[in-house]
Amino acid sequence: MSTAPTPEQPLALRTERSSGNGPHAPKRILVLGATSGIAEACVRLWAARGDSLYLVARNADRLAAVAADARTRGAALVDTAVVNLDDTAAHPEMLAHAINSMGGLDIAFLALGVLGDQQQAERNFATASQILHTNFNAPVSLLTWLANYAAQRHAGTLAVLSSVAGERGRKSNYVYGSSKAGLTAFVDGLRNRIDREGVRVITIKPGPVRTAMTENMKGSAKFADVEAVAATLVKVIDKGSDVVYVPGIWRIIMAVIRAIPERIFKKLSL
Amino acid sequence: MSSSAELDFHTPQPDAASNKPDGPPPFESWGRYPAYQAELKHLHWQGDFPRAIDGVHHGALAVGMGRSYGDVCLLKDGTLLETTSMNRLLGFDPATGLLTAESGITLAQILDFAVPRGYFLPVTPGTKYVTLGGAIANDIHGKNHHHAGTFGCHVTQFELVRSDGRRLFCTPTENSDYYSATIGGLGLTGVITWAQLRLKPIVSRKIDYQGIQFHGIDEFLELTRQAEHNEYTVSWVDVTSTGKNFCRGIFMQGDHSQVPAPLRPSPKPKLVFPMELPGFALNGFTVGTFNALFFNKQIKKRVTTQPDYEPFFYPLDAVLKWNKMYGKRGLLQFQYAIPWEHAREGTVAILQAVAKSGLASFLAVLKAFGDVPSPGMMSFPKPGITLALDFPIKPEKSFALFDRLAQMTNEFGGRLYPAKDARMTSAQFQTFYPQWERFARYKDPALTSGLWERVVGGQLGVRGGGR
Repeated sequence: MSTAPTPEQPLALRTERSSGNGPHAPKRILVLGATSGIAEACVRLWAARGDSLYLVARNADRLAAVAADARTRGAALVDTAVVNLDDTAAHPEMLAHAINSMGGLDIAFLALGVLGDQQQAERNFATASQILHTNFNAPVSLLTWLANYAAQRHAGTLAVLSSVAGERGRKSNYVYGSSKAGLTAFVDGLRNRIDREGVRVITIKPGPVRTAMTENMKGSAKFADVEAVAATLVKVIDKGSDVVYVPGIWRIIMAVIRAIPERIFKKLSL
Repeated sequence: MSSSAELDFHTPQPDAASNKPDGPPPFESWGRYPAYQAELKHLHWQGDFPRAIDGVHHGALAVGMGRSYGDVCLLKDGTLLETTSMNRLLGFDPATGLLTAESGITLAQILDFAVPRGYFLPVTPGTKYVTLGGAIANDIHGKNHHHAGTFGCHVTQFELVRSDGRRLFCTPTENSDYYSATIGGLGLTGVITWAQLRLKPIVSRKIDYQGIQFHGIDEFLELTRQAEHNEYTVSWVDVTSTGKNFCRGIFMQGDHSQVPAPLRPSPKPKLVFPMELPGFALNGFTVGTFNALFFNKQIKKRVTTQPDYEPFFYPLDAVLKWNKMYGKRGLLQFQYAIPWEHAREGTVAILQAVAKSGLASFLAVLKAFGDVPSPGMMSFPKPGITLALDFPIKPEKSFALFDRLAQMTNEFGGRLYPAKDARMTSAQFQTFYPQWERFARYKDPALTSGLWERVVGGQLGVRGGGR
């Protein structure tokens, strides 16, 4: 592609094949942020059941290792793109390439995101802005393209990794939390818009999961096992509800957290 | 549920609670002895080392599942680099069975992948919860040692990353000195990032099994001779009985069934040992009873069955964390290899010493090692008899017995297995492994272990020689 399309233009796509039907028809899955712990665990399960995968991440060596694993486990096709997804201008070309490479798209899984350094973000807006850009702006750009693509075809599933941290701001991570709160609101709104077009939009809210992102947190040894979380996600992305808490207990925990009156909440050290 | 505690999950905690000098150790070996404080870091990617030890000057060590028993996977006040998230499959050739994977993958994960594809581990220890890297570093052995040699015999290539950033591609012919030093090299030559393993074909999960009672060492040796052609042999021996029951046991032999049958993946174990038992729970009476029950469970002289490979190879894996049975103080393992020349007399003498001591041991495993040479410079097995015992730790008594058993092993020309040791002296180690000085030339200056500090330590000034 010589010139990047503007958001009003459609993605530059070749003719597509149909996704196939039947219970074990292989899915064509785009994974954005494929080297994140939760994404990689899902990739392993998708690969093992023979799906086609297009994996995007910014670190070439890490992406190559995740792709090799997916190929070895039996993915029908594994293609990769080394892209820094912070660069929103690169999104349309990357997405067009992904869809062309797989001959269509059944599932897009958005797992890009950073935890960021809360304390530094409190002192330095550049840090806060970077967290918001990676966790909010970049997914919004991707979802804008993907939503229009899927709505036009009246098909597809957009699964977006948000977080329970977006449900209530807390002093320990409100910058990260607010980026996820924004993302949750965006994804919920998007679902309201394109569910009627036949596109499934899933908001995923993991509780704390033991991955590279969380390993330095206090109590990380007790966090949810990423393989169990991935098994749940693969299931709900195939067929499940609109808003998913994993592990499920977090639906209840967050209901309690949200119910705490602010005059008490503001005094808590959370 | 305290939701406020739950919500602390996003608080950055650079100094984890486990680093408090009096907190529980962040990483334990399977024997839970000794207990050392250390800093625990995780390697997630092949490129994480040596960056992970930037600024670390007190020594580091890559560790896996912590299934070795003593201090070979520990480092006092050092930095442990846990590898189990570096567990990707990198390639598999269904025609040859060559599997390439990152070093933190467990043998359980390899089996989950390989068995449905008609392949099995070429050598497996008594637990599948060990990493590929750990299996190489300890050059582990299994029930087919007399046919297949050690694990290292089936490792065709691997990458070794040194703390100076060099990445060495190691095979029997390329960087062959590092290949040889790393197999059985106790994790000290560098960090293994990935390795290639030659798997063996199977057509069934089943094992054609025979269990045969024996009384005395000569019956054991005779059964060993008769079972030369069976791929897997191992014996359980009752080390609590004296007199006419002395050295009674069950000789177990098996082969992979050649009758094709479905190769389903194994179910996940569900039982977890619920708590630490108090020290008095394991005593001469309970252990003697266990041993008698185990022996008499098999009423007939000879039993022929066809179990699944799981209970045959991994009977204890069905209960996760079974080491908690040994309570807070933990357990010591003791395993020797005594060459054939003195194997019979040495084994009888040691079994007598154990029986006389009255210090209980549940699991005593007796096996004849074969003569397939290992490529590993520091590999433990040698042709002869090996005996593995475990004891609950009762400080004065079990340590004194251990020291005596180590001395006896030495007198009979044998040696001890570093992966199961927490007690051997520096002089003993250097007698058991006279090649240690040659090995030390390949040791990475930034890496060391509890065991190495104990048996070599200051002699090479390794601790000071880091990055």
